[in-house]
Amino acid sequence: MIPAAFEYQRPSSLDEAVRLLADSGDDAKLLAGGHSLLPLMKLRLAAPSMLIDIGRLRDLSYISDAGDTVTIGALTRHHEVETSALLKAQVPLLAHATSQVGDPQVRHRGTIGGSIAHGDPASDLPAVCLALRATFTVVGPNGSRQIPADDFFRGFLETALSADEILTEISVPKVPDAGWSFQKFNRRAQDWAIVGVAAVHNGSTGVGLVNMASVPVRAAAVEDAIAAGSSAAEAATHASDGLDPPADLNASQEYRRHLAEVLVRRALQEAGAP
Amino acid sequence: MKITTTVNGEQRDSEVEPRLLLVHYLRDVLGLTGTNVGCDTSSCGACTVLLDGESVKSCTVLAAQADGSSITTIEGLAGPDRMHPVQEAFQEHHGLQCGYCTPGMVMAAVSLIEEVPDLDEAKVREGLEGNLCRCTGYHNIVKAVLAAAKTPARSAS
Amino acid sequence: MSILGNRVQRREDPKFLTTGGVYGDDLKIEGALWATFVRSTMAHARLTSLDVTEARNRPGVVAIYTGEDVDLPPVPAGLPGVPDVMARPVLAKGVVRFVGEAVAVVLTEERYQGEDAAESVFVDYEPLPAVVDPVSALTGDVLLFPEHGSNVAVPMNEPQAEDFFDGCEVVVRHRLINQRVAPCPLEVRSGAAMWEGDRVIQYASNQAPHGAKAAIAGLYGLEADRVRVIAPDVGGGFGAKIGLYVEDLILPWLAKAAGRPVHWTETRSESMLALGHGRAQVQDVAIGGSRDGKVEAYRLEVVQDAGAYPSLGSFLPALTRLMTSGTYDIPKVEFSAASMVTNTTPTVAYRGAGRPEATAAIERAMDLFAAEIGMDPAEVRKRNVVANDKFPFTTPTGTVYDIGDYGGAIDLALQASDYQALRAEQATRRSSGDTTQIGIGVSSYVEITNGAGPPGEYAKVEILPGGKARVYTGTSPHGQGHETAWTMLASEQLGIPMEDIEFVANDTDLVPEGGGTMGSRSLQSGGLAVHEASIALVDKAAKLAAELLEANADDVVLDKVGGRFHVAGTPAVGRSWAELAEAAGDDGDALVVAHSSSPAGPTFPFGAHVAVVEVDTDTGRVKLTRLVAVDDAGTIVNPLLAEGQRHGGLAQGAAQALMEEVRYDDDGNPVTSNLADYAMISATELPSFELVAMATPTPINALGAKGIGESGTIGSTPAVQSAVVDALAHLGVRHIDMPATPERVWRAVAAAQSTAAE
Repeated sequence: MIPAAFEYQRPSSLDEAVRLLADSGDDAKLLAGGHSLLPLMKLRLAAPSMLIDIGRLRDLSYISDAGDTVTIGALTRHHEVETSALLKAQVPLLAHATSQVGDPQVRHRGTIGGSIAHGDPASDLPAVCLALRATFTVVGPNGSRQIPADDFFRGFLETALSADEILTEISVPKVPDAGWSFQKFNRRAQDWAIVGVAAVHNGSTGVGLVNMASVPVRAAAVEDAIAAGSSAAEAATHASDGLDPPADLNASQEYRRHLAEVLVRRALQEAGAP
Repeated sequence: MKITTTVNGEQRDSEVEPRLLLVHYLRDVLGLTGTNVGCDTSSCGACTVLLDGESVKSCTVLAAQADGSSITTIEGLAGPDRMHPVQEAFQEHHGLQCGYCTPGMVMAAVSLIEEVPDLDEAKVREGLEGNLCRCTGYHNIVKAVLAAAKTPARSAS
Repeated sequence: MSILGNRVQRREDPKFLTTGGVYGDDLKIEGALWATFVRSTMAHARLTSLDVTEARNRPGVVAIYTGEDVDLPPVPAGLPGVPDVMARPVLAKGVVRFVGEAVAVVLTEERYQGEDAAESVFVDYEPLPAVVDPVSALTGDVLLFPEHGSNVAVPMNEPQAEDFFDGCEVVVRHRLINQRVAPCPLEVRSGAAMWEGDRVIQYASNQAPHGAKAAIAGLYGLEADRVRVIAPDVGGGFGAKIGLYVEDLILPWLAKAAGRPVHWTETRSESMLALGHGRAQVQDVAIGGSRDGKVEAYRLEVVQDAGAYPSLGSFLPALTRLMTSGTYDIPKVEFSAASMVTNTTPTVAYRGAGRPEATAAIERAMDLFAAEIGMDPAEVRKRNVVANDKFPFTTPTGTVYDIGDYGGAIDLALQASDYQALRAEQATRRSSGDTTQIGIGVSSYVEITNGAGPPGEYAKVEILPGGKARVYTGTSPHGQGHETAWTMLASEQLGIPMEDIEFVANDTDLVPEGGGTMGSRSLQSGGLAVHEASIALVDKAAKLAAELLEANADDVVLDKVGGRFHVAGTPAVGRSWAELAEAAGDDGDALVVAHSSSPAGPTFPFGAHVAVVEVDTDTGRVKLTRLVAVDDAGTIVNPLLAEGQRHGGLAQGAAQALMEEVRYDDDGNPVTSNLADYAMISATELPSFELVAMATPTPINALGAKGIGESGTIGSTPAVQSAVVDALAHLGVRHIDMPATPERVWRAVAAAQSTAAE
């Protein structure tokens, strides 16, 4: 299967990319690693008239120590994130969860920014960013702005990015001493999570859920319960509070709710919650 | 559009449609049919090649994205006198039957051995998660990759 | 020293490892058009209109054909009992009966253009109600072929004795689902056709080129010599590529109509809908016996899902029937079946084809019986297996087993797995209440190989100028390693090194006849033919050598080390193969033997498997941790190859037990139509396998060899399934249908816990 025909542009700078995006209307799509977009295009579930290939903008590929945070260029490939010594030391949850994305070939091409900007609820990294309280920097014709992960994911494959904006950086607070856990429950190692849980615990607790709603979500009720002094097991019973998880080939809603509870409990316990 | 690649050490200049997939560029434009297509969802890994030294699924990369890059396919892996240690190990341990997944599996294994210094069975199985095989039950593939990983690195020109 | 029995590396491999094979899609066919099929998106509907106007104007489009354009007759199943009205049209006409059925075909200059054009063919459907499962099809509320009056493709009934279970202290009944699976050869279907004068040359990714040739000749009304079929390298078949499909069969018509060669490769998404599926049986088992563990009566009733157009799948119950009672000596056995058409992809043979289904049924029944009487499942099996002194053994369904040691195989498997230690570990886990429980599954199996179709096979062995040899075979290797094994067999007899023996297969112009590769038949039929032809060739050559040596032919012997004939006792004077070839000169027949083997019948490999799983009782996740396999295929020619066959089979069996299932929604829409949705098993879900050697040569053929291609699948499927159930047996779980997905396992645990709480 092959994509429908499109026009291809490869800007040589971020400015040029922003300009191209602004000029080319709603039907243009940014191409980073291409591992979210190209599969959809091959199945002809997406047929953009133009691809703006930003994959070569190497100045958007970095992992930097920024004091209290680590900043990651949006075009940093998964493989670089999973093997980064800085991230392994300062944000091990992110490095580990990234090592669980797709398969090695996918991780050689796919980028952190592409994965987040796609906003897929079944994707691992949005949930991790939610748990970590990450902040995203986006750039558009009117300059840049910062969007907290909590405000970023709006609907199914829909984010706070405007059509003319580009995600450029992911900023994650350092949590070198925090307990953490990433529970990915899938059929085959290469598959999307049926349910996934990202948890970080160091005084405050962050819990993000994979594939438990039409958007990547934070398990706010669980976080609140832990804050109010509940045990991991008690808090986990709130894992799917207020959520309407999908039902599909691999799991009914009922089973997803059950899995979420079990995996949240295990994640909290592994992260060191009482 | 015009692209320039270095495929198995040889520079290639081609005029391609933007939507041309790298795997079809290799197969149909350059005639390198060793790389196979086994699915259309980036699941099977039969199309795995090395792009600038790293394993990628060439069905999920546009030829345009490979412009300026260096690509190694199964045809470019062996040295002038003998096969690459991974190829040799696949033969010695009967790591292939119908041969269809083999080029992709071998290229994935080459990249895996390069990246992970302390491979054991579990890591090999994880490392090959993106490559499907229907014939071997993976048993002898895993054996072959572990054996090749122990072979001292030898440059394959 | 004999080369046979050695772990000889495959001579096929260097090509596959360095340049890759040459599969159908790799063929470079001058001037070929590309064929792309337009497929039904409805499970059951009237085709009201097909609008190709827009498609015709797309770039590169040369022609578009619909069912109305193609004047080929429908393709019959070619199987006894299947009604003619169920024959499949080459392109759908009037009605579509499954999602994926070809309704039109587009010819373009290039591949990419085909996909674009096919997308702009507009088809209007008037939906009809669909019937998706074979049990519902029995009611006949929805008929696929109203003119037939029912959905029964093949009836197969035996009288049901009312007093069948009289006298049994215990009778257990259960409905088992042997789910529909997708064969998933890594290479999808591909092919090409072209005309050379009045001859058609066809390439097909296929397991039986001679059968394909007959099918093309039959459909087109051509003399056989006007058809040549070539199977290039074939990237796996697993039974699904035994027959040609309509997409192959239409290619010569298209090539004729367009006046150019036509090349075709399906996509994986198409393949998941249009390559045949396997298994797909609903089984009702009933087993009765005494509380001391003796099974006295067993009944199996099968409803086979044949899919929309009966193909080999509709014939599977006949093979299931042969193996109904498995390895057991059960006094009373009954089998009945019906093959039903449904609005789904037609079913075909898939690794084991009918026998894994029989084994799964009897093995689950044995476990249910063991659980009911509270006896260890391995012990129940040992009490019921056919005794070693009863062979040849005729089963109540009339099958004659050649030779076996079924109890011995079970013992070996139990020893190799350290069964007692596993049970002790299980007891510890159970008493600790650990959420990771372990389960142990034991299976005992016997299967029929070389059991469908004529048992013999063609071979030709000839000596070439210079003293090299060439072997021709009617089998159709596609990964099994026949080139290595057959040249080993020839080398063994001829005393010519393997590297000096050429190998020819898979081309009907080069090999005059052949049965192909399926049903674990190749070694015992085709390998046997090579073996026998090589012996005959040595005899023939000895006569020629005797003339040259002026000796009595009976006194001439072949020194196999040097490949040289001499008079016994005087090795100094002799004639090499090269010298004989030179002496034979232009006499083309002098050093050639063409021979068809005629083994006495099918053979019955057997074995026992032990599977160990860990089950997370909180989530239902199953991890297969060990798979111990005793597989007795008689004499082994090349253990490396035989083990490879076992490994692949084991993985496919485990895959059916744990992961894989083709699923449709209630309207007949497929929901597993690519390899992202269909969970084809990968390396991460499997352990390394523990193989145990056992060899009981069969008296049926001179090699003592039985089939090995399907054993792994047949034994492992029920062993793994049983292991999952066994892990939860202490909770009261008695059965979980395949595949044992996490949700299904979790539901079984939850149901058992709620029953226990009542």
